[in-house]
Amino acid sequence: MFGQSILSLVIWVPILAGVAVLATGSDRNAAIARWVALAGALLGLIVAVPLVTGFDTTTSAMQFVEKAAWIPAFNIHYHLGVDGIAMPLILLNSFVTVLVVIAGWQVIQDKVAQYMAAFLIMSGLINGVFAALDGILFYVFFEGMLIPLYLIVGVWGGPNRVYAAFKFFLYTLLGSLLMLVSMIYLYFQSGGSFDIQTWHATALGMTAQTLMFFAFLLAFGVKVPMWPVHTWLPDAHVEAPTGGSVVLAAITLKVGAYGFLRFILPILPDASHELAWFVITLSLIAVAYIGLVALVQADMKKLIAYSSIAHMGFVTLGFFMFNPLGWEGGLVQMISHGFVSAALFLCIGVMYDRLHSRQIKDYGGLVNKMPVFAAFFMLFAMANAGLPATSGFVGEFMVIMSATQVNFWFAFVAATTLIFGAAYTLWMYKRVVFGNVTNPHVEEMRDVNAREVLLLGVLAVAVLAMGLYPKPFTDVMHVSVVDLLAHVAQSKLP
Amino acid sequence: MSDFLHHFAPALPEIFVLAMVSLILVIDAAVDDSKRYLAYALSLITLAGAAFLTVRDFSTMPVLALGGLFIDDPLSDVLKLFLYLTVAVVLVYSRDYLTERGLYKGEFFVLALFAQLGMMVMVSASHFLTLYLGLELLSLSLYAMVALQRDSSVATEAAMKYFVLGALASGMLLYGMSMVYGVTGSLALGDMAIALQDGTDLHVPLVFGIVFIVAGLAFKLGAVPFHMWVPDVYHGAPTAMTLFIGSAPKIAAFAFVVRILGQGLESQVAEWRDMLVILAVLSMAVGNLAAIAQTNLKRMLAYSTISHMGFMLLGILAGTQNGYGSAMFYVLVYALMSLGSFGMILLLSRAGFESDQLEDFKGLNRRSPWLAFLMLLLMFSMAGVPPTVGFYAKLAVLQAVVEIGYVWLAVAAVLFSLVGAFYYLRIVKLMYFDTPHDTTPITTSPDTRIILSANGLAVLALGILPQPLMAVCVHAISASF
Repeated sequence: MFGQSILSLVIWVPILAGVAVLATGSDRNAAIARWVALAGALLGLIVAVPLVTGFDTTTSAMQFVEKAAWIPAFNIHYHLGVDGIAMPLILLNSFVTVLVVIAGWQVIQDKVAQYMAAFLIMSGLINGVFAALDGILFYVFFEGMLIPLYLIVGVWGGPNRVYAAFKFFLYTLLGSLLMLVSMIYLYFQSGGSFDIQTWHATALGMTAQTLMFFAFLLAFGVKVPMWPVHTWLPDAHVEAPTGGSVVLAAITLKVGAYGFLRFILPILPDASHELAWFVITLSLIAVAYIGLVALVQADMKKLIAYSSIAHMGFVTLGFFMFNPLGWEGGLVQMISHGFVSAALFLCIGVMYDRLHSRQIKDYGGLVNKMPVFAAFFMLFAMANAGLPATSGFVGEFMVIMSATQVNFWFAFVAATTLIFGAAYTLWMYKRVVFGNVTNPHVEEMRDVNAREVLLLGVLAVAVLAMGLYPKPFTDVMHVSVVDLLAHVAQSKLP
Repeated sequence: MSDFLHHFAPALPEIFVLAMVSLILVIDAAVDDSKRYLAYALSLITLAGAAFLTVRDFSTMPVLALGGLFIDDPLSDVLKLFLYLTVAVVLVYSRDYLTERGLYKGEFFVLALFAQLGMMVMVSASHFLTLYLGLELLSLSLYAMVALQRDSSVATEAAMKYFVLGALASGMLLYGMSMVYGVTGSLALGDMAIALQDGTDLHVPLVFGIVFIVAGLAFKLGAVPFHMWVPDVYHGAPTAMTLFIGSAPKIAAFAFVVRILGQGLESQVAEWRDMLVILAVLSMAVGNLAAIAQTNLKRMLAYSTISHMGFMLLGILAGTQNGYGSAMFYVLVYALMSLGSFGMILLLSRAGFESDQLEDFKGLNRRSPWLAFLMLLLMFSMAGVPPTVGFYAKLAVLQAVVEIGYVWLAVAAVLFSLVGAFYYLRIVKLMYFDTPHDTTPITTSPDTRIILSANGLAVLALGILPQPLMAVCVHAISASF
């Protein structure tokens, strides 16, 4: 019955669930709100399952396509579809949403319904971003998700939340608005179409490509975030509640990287080749310099935030190597980072709920009090450092390999992350978990409860599975990547 | 005889409104305060009746009437319907506020309906004379409405400023019209367009006249650098009057500008486009930047109006049917958002207490999550963030501007709207992130609440399905040009 509209379900089920959660009203019904939210998130994940089971990995064409006229006055369509690049991201998002709902179960006591609803609505909008094949539809989802995120950071965030929320919103809006103008320009260049696939085939002069390249780069670069427009991320992360940080790191950053593959590279191939040095430079700065910045952080969330920027530098680096290994490495890195960063932020959340501090210096000797937690934390820290057999290794290794094919020095700089990444992650881990208990409050900390074990356990399985056997992931994306690369290799100059 | 009546038929809604205003004037003078609801009810009936007449005689093509003074085309009919709706909503929102302040008198309704009549004439005018008559009928009613609270020195001052500057603008407009008349030899817009079709030897006087006309129009729209009256009048006037001034007259002003520039002076688009570009950029810049510094919500919204008028001018300056259609969409959407925002201020005000400081919105989410949510929608819509309808309004005008090759103008516009996003976000911040310092329960009458809810939700619903309204605008423009 719903076979033709799986993507619509994936988008609208979480949004409607969010509305249902809102309808439970005030905090007197908080328990109902939590259960409705969990049911909604699970339902959202279930309706996404057919995307995997019904996916055809032998074609790069869009699948599960839905198309209907939406705003005929401007030739805008409600046009959805996924390929091997978008599908895993939708799944990742639906999966993380469930975790986020569970993570906020006890911690959030104030305005529970609004909190849960904001996450569910955002989840639906993000699925929309990955599924949209119409430029304006994409833009609506892309911008629309800022509203719940703005509220999440601003309402449930830390002491400096207002500053962080504004910075986050205005930074990302700046990029998106220039992108909007580019989209309108493309509309006229393509003879009156907002269809992304039509844009892929639209011939464009070099000047137009270059200007639009920078407009799109700003829109997606801010979201990724790339150095030097990354400064909103540490602020937003530090002030956001745990769930907000998880979604920010695991999902919203991927929206930026996804934009590179859906817009910048295929629509502006000539400018992309011409200006690849620019993006590569920024990416390498992110990898090396931000790695060093992460080393000196005293706040754990900030440290992981900077580590995210460095890891996303790998993704953009891989994309601009223009070979299958680089692209697939970048995509694997995106998924892997989604698991690892989500897990690390959840770990920090676990500690923060007990001690109400994110400062590294307030901890120490945690392993004595929380052995189970320390084991989980260890796994995720290792994955963040890129240890083989964890998912963190696969993507980084593929990108470094692909960089070697292009230029040895790219690979050399990129490989420093294996040192810096290990340094900042493991040094933090050592200071937090090992040593003697110096803070008396750490003495009172209890080990993880069943709910937290469930959260971290699921992620641990995902991290290990992807690290040991990444083939299912790369199989899904392989054909799409190869065909898209072939498209990007062709010049579009008139 | 029937031929004579036939001439008047297209103006039936106007005649009906005029007759009803006169009736209300008489009835209201004869009843005491306890029966004031009569005027209220009769005003709503008038609007409903006029709407019925407009729908019944909905025109599919332009019809000239009254010897070429008056035109009845799809554009005017559609705009009139929105005017009835807007004014009716204004009356409902204002009722409680006016009652608490002793302004709930027949004069208010009579003035509002006269203003409505003026706007209808403006919308349907096809001649400089009727355009001017409509404009003055509207303006004089508005001056009086602002001054209605005669004990308030602020309101009186605002009315004075409004009157003096408005009269100056009217003077400029008339001067420009006389120059154009001298060049074309006609006051009728249609004849004017024909006379100018093949160019004219009197180019300099024509441009001179256009400059004055555009300046006069800019005054009425409140576009920079002719915007000085807007913040003072919005701030000084009783909020119910601000609500009125901020909504329906903008729709009429749009029609006014499109009739003169788009229909009468269509061939001179190259001349007036550059003027409008300057007005639009300045309006968006000054409006958005000055709004940041305001602590009074009415003043902030006044500056925001200036920037929105700048955005609407983007659509008009394109000089294409697509552009006029997008500007029309923009102005209707703007009227909807403006109604909601000022309606919210009215609703939160109580006897002896104005709720027009930004501070008054602190922690609204705790006091009333529903009202806070509606305001959230309105603010994001004003900022142009999807999925609210404000986004499509911006999209439409930007598209019109890019179509004529002014990409830089579109870039400038979006950068200023980024600045604008800041102060709209600040309202959301006050409502959601801060704790309230005023915990008095919010009391509202149910009808106001229902209409305000519909108003706020319309912003969201039209954002998800903008096609119907957009189609109406596109059709109205294409069938009337």
